[in-house]
Amino acid sequence: MDKNLKRPITLREVIAHIVLVILAFMCLFFFYILIVNASRKHVDLMKGFAFLPGGMFFKNMMKVFNDSNIPVLYGIRNSLIVSGGCAAICTYFSAMTAYGIYAYNFRAKKPAFTFIMLILVMPTQVTALGFLRLLTNIHMDDNLLALILPAIASPAVFYFMYSYMLASLPMSLVEAARIDGSNEFMTFNRIVIPIMKPAIAVQAIFTFVGAWNNYFVPALVISTKKKQTLPILIATLRGADFMTFDMGKVYMMILIAIVPIVLVYLMLSRFIIEGVTLGGVKE
Amino acid sequence: MKRKVVSVLLVAAMTMGVLAGCGSSSSKSGSSAKATVNNEKEGKVINIYVWNEEFQSRLNDYYSEVEKVSDDKSITYLKDGTEIHWTVNPNQNGVYQDKLDQALKKQDSASTDDKVDMYLVEADYALKYTDANANVSVPLKDLGITDDDLSDQYQYTKDVVTDANGEIRGTSWQATPGLFAYRRSIAKKVFGTDDPDKVQEKLADWNKFDEAAKEMKDNGYFMLSSVADTFRVFSNNVSGKWVEGTTVKVDKNLMNWVEQSKKYTDEGLNHNVSGQWTDEWNKDQAADSKVFGFFYSTWGINFTLQQNAGKEGSGDWAVCDGPQPFYWGGSWLVAANGTDNPKHVKDIMLQLTANKDNLVKITKDTQDYTNTQTGMTELASDPKYGSDFLGGQNHIKLFAEVAPTIDMSNISPYDQGCGEVFQNSFGDYFNGKIDEAKAKENFESAIKERYPELTDVEWP
Amino acid sequence: MKSNRSKNKSVSYERWGYLFILPFFVTFLIFSLIPLVDTIRYSFYEFYTSGLIEVGPNFVGLDNYKALLESDLLKYAGNTFIMWIAGFIPQIVIAMILAAWFTDHRIRIHGLQFFKVVIYLPNLIMASAFAMLFFTLFSDAGPVNQILMSMGVISHPIRFMISTVGARSLIALMNFLMWFGNTAIMLMAAIMGINPALFEAAELDGCNHAKIFRYVTLPLIRPILGYTLITSIIGGLQMFDVPQILTNGAGAPDRTTMTLIMFLNKHLASKNYGMAGALSVYLFVISAILCFIVFKMMQDEDAAAAKKAEKKAKKQRKERA
Repeated sequence: MDKNLKRPITLREVIAHIVLVILAFMCLFFFYILIVNASRKHVDLMKGFAFLPGGMFFKNMMKVFNDSNIPVLYGIRNSLIVSGGCAAICTYFSAMTAYGIYAYNFRAKKPAFTFIMLILVMPTQVTALGFLRLLTNIHMDDNLLALILPAIASPAVFYFMYSYMLASLPMSLVEAARIDGSNEFMTFNRIVIPIMKPAIAVQAIFTFVGAWNNYFVPALVISTKKKQTLPILIATLRGADFMTFDMGKVYMMILIAIVPIVLVYLMLSRFIIEGVTLGGVKE
Repeated sequence: MKRKVVSVLLVAAMTMGVLAGCGSSSSKSGSSAKATVNNEKEGKVINIYVWNEEFQSRLNDYYSEVEKVSDDKSITYLKDGTEIHWTVNPNQNGVYQDKLDQALKKQDSASTDDKVDMYLVEADYALKYTDANANVSVPLKDLGITDDDLSDQYQYTKDVVTDANGEIRGTSWQATPGLFAYRRSIAKKVFGTDDPDKVQEKLADWNKFDEAAKEMKDNGYFMLSSVADTFRVFSNNVSGKWVEGTTVKVDKNLMNWVEQSKKYTDEGLNHNVSGQWTDEWNKDQAADSKVFGFFYSTWGINFTLQQNAGKEGSGDWAVCDGPQPFYWGGSWLVAANGTDNPKHVKDIMLQLTANKDNLVKITKDTQDYTNTQTGMTELASDPKYGSDFLGGQNHIKLFAEVAPTIDMSNISPYDQGCGEVFQNSFGDYFNGKIDEAKAKENFESAIKERYPELTDVEWP
Repeated sequence: MKSNRSKNKSVSYERWGYLFILPFFVTFLIFSLIPLVDTIRYSFYEFYTSGLIEVGPNFVGLDNYKALLESDLLKYAGNTFIMWIAGFIPQIVIAMILAAWFTDHRIRIHGLQFFKVVIYLPNLIMASAFAMLFFTLFSDAGPVNQILMSMGVISHPIRFMISTVGARSLIALMNFLMWFGNTAIMLMAAIMGINPALFEAAELDGCNHAKIFRYVTLPLIRPILGYTLITSIIGGLQMFDVPQILTNGAGAPDRTTMTLIMFLNKHLASKNYGMAGALSVYLFVISAILCFIVFKMMQDEDAAAAKKAEKKAKKQRKERA
């Protein structure tokens, strides 16, 4: 390792750094603008762009937190519940489904796989209102669970898990566990899940972020103010009447909504790395 | 304060009288009328659907029966123990209407505390809900609100919510007449005067307006910012409804808008920004811009324009009638069919939209222009009521003159969709991307996507 | 391996297979099946809402399908494809390069952790908020135009949103920025899942990084690459929020940025379940065909490739021993 550090910089490294710096600049620039905008006054924001922040950052923040129409803390809590719940059950059950199809031979295996792949390609935009009607009929509207439970059946995540198993889960490991007398469910939880950690972490992040930023379905499902998620609150702010409309507040709210997911991302991305060491000892 | 209490009591007493007197006379409209007459016992919960807090704060501040408001503002407690539950759904992606539709659909089976009692609509889609066939609104008459109660309201605010049978099914506390707001400094330079009466002469009809626009250009200014600025003025002055039967009838006045907009864009008479509410459009209202004026209504002048113009622009603006009367904005209260609180709904409507004292007070407190002709005319004659922003001009006076001349009898349920699609389709034509025939073609296909029941488009 | 197990055992395992996939199917049955079946059923009906009044459902056979073929459907499919490919190619290329760099321990990248975090950040912002920022940046008087003008590249501001190329490029650029980090992370995780012994063996064999990537990494992450390709095709076909927000739903100019799902959304705005259903079925069939092709290609090749790689590694391990 030491030797490695002392060697001269290669051309590949130079290129890598240049490309990464450009990309990082593009990505960070939007965040910078978001922070700048969150610190500006509504009137100034209406007139467009500025490179330098204004002096309203804390004022805008106070305005958001003091607006009794916008229960921010409840919003954060609800978004955490929904996104966390989605990420957890979506990844666990998708891994389970994928394992079921990957590891076992049974008559319905092929049809089941084909079926999941078919619903993967089915456009779902049309079904949102039907979904809402259904929730009303089974009295699950205005219930956060209605936003979480459907995540159990996520064909895309299933397919990712399945692909990952193809690449990284040797059946010999499972066979070994069987010989040790491990029950199938235990094998899945104790052997398969740890190996799947990088895949689970990745999909957990994506699912979490997707759920976190989802507006349309939660807005249709949730009615009670204290159950609303952050995107609904942002939309409410954006739809404020002309007397209370304040873009500074809107940008501040968007910024507030991003902080928790950045933290979750930092936390979960560790697992992607950690997965390597675990993967390393797997054989 | 005392006076207010007395007047409120008076209104309440009158309300009761009217209610008792009208119960038997208005039983022709089925269930809703019955609800008014027979339902002695009012429900405990009044559910009101809104998309923002505007009306909520009006009610909390100006409804005399309010006892207290819950911490998160989601419940307003009334003195008689009834609770108003606010359901706020954002407008974005049509969520407000989707959820309201869903709730209205289950109105019959919902328990009394869950029934929608009142909801708010905007002019653009008001007729979707006040359509008699849709059967989701109660005619005001059936609630016991008489034409007399509403006689002080501006006619156009009643037109907007009048169904095909001529029954009024909504009521608003606001009126939003529009004017042309212009820069005094530019008027002085180009016309030699910034006097609103003289400037109005220069802009009295569209021909004069076009000439004035040329003069502006010759002096290095732009008459307008965007083609979208004039659309409302033209579309509020059509000679027929957008749709008859299943045929879209494009009005002559809208083609005038197309012609004018194309000309303004090609000849550089407008600043050609991409639309209202864009950054450029807002900037065009700032002190250093070369754009002469904007069509704006009450709230736009008092809030948006004033904010955009900033301190430097204060005093440099004035308003005049412009070529044609128009309005922009406003929200209406509608009583939901099947409400179990008709008396409360009626009382709220009367107090907040038909009580002159209340309305004048709202105007004085918030600058919101309210729906009382006599009240606004009185304010208009009040010499104290000049606006610093408008260089001392009394804009209420102009609003009060214009508002009665607005004629919205040609409103149709298709206005919002048709207006949007029309502007989108012709935008590319103005910018020279496509020719007029292609723009018409695009309009025809887009409008049929939006409203599948429409079969033909007739051009003037 | 399995073949030499007794029949009884494999039957008991079969039960486990069903058990493991049960939650998925039960959930799907409860929450998605009815709306999905309705979607397909309504495609044969005239069924829409005019204001609040429902029209239909009246059975019309294939009328909706015919009407769609007569509309500008193909044009919208073309728009969708162009904007997808313009965003997807840079996305997959950059993502693959980044994933290779991030997982190659022989390349020193300062602030590696920082870059890993940063590339994913755009995906964290809500599409609508991201579009708002994009709008201000590229507006007629926005900073991009200002900078270009001050550098003397252009004399008049470019009105991106009124030209076809401009609008499509912005949409592709936004899609790229939002998704390249996502893809890079996914591929990174896939590479991380590869048995490190394979890399060590290849390294000992004297392979350089390009060769390792080509002959070890690429074949082994092929399933995940297939996944990326398929989900990206689906995501591309279902492209909606970015162009919808950037063009305010109009697909301007002259409907050249109107995607299939924006078209679908137009029908949903009028609650036209008939047309929307038929369009969904078309989309479904197109996606299914495309995905089937990709899937078959991937399956055949990766079966062969994985075997080869595994064999190679085994051989090398044996040799070392």
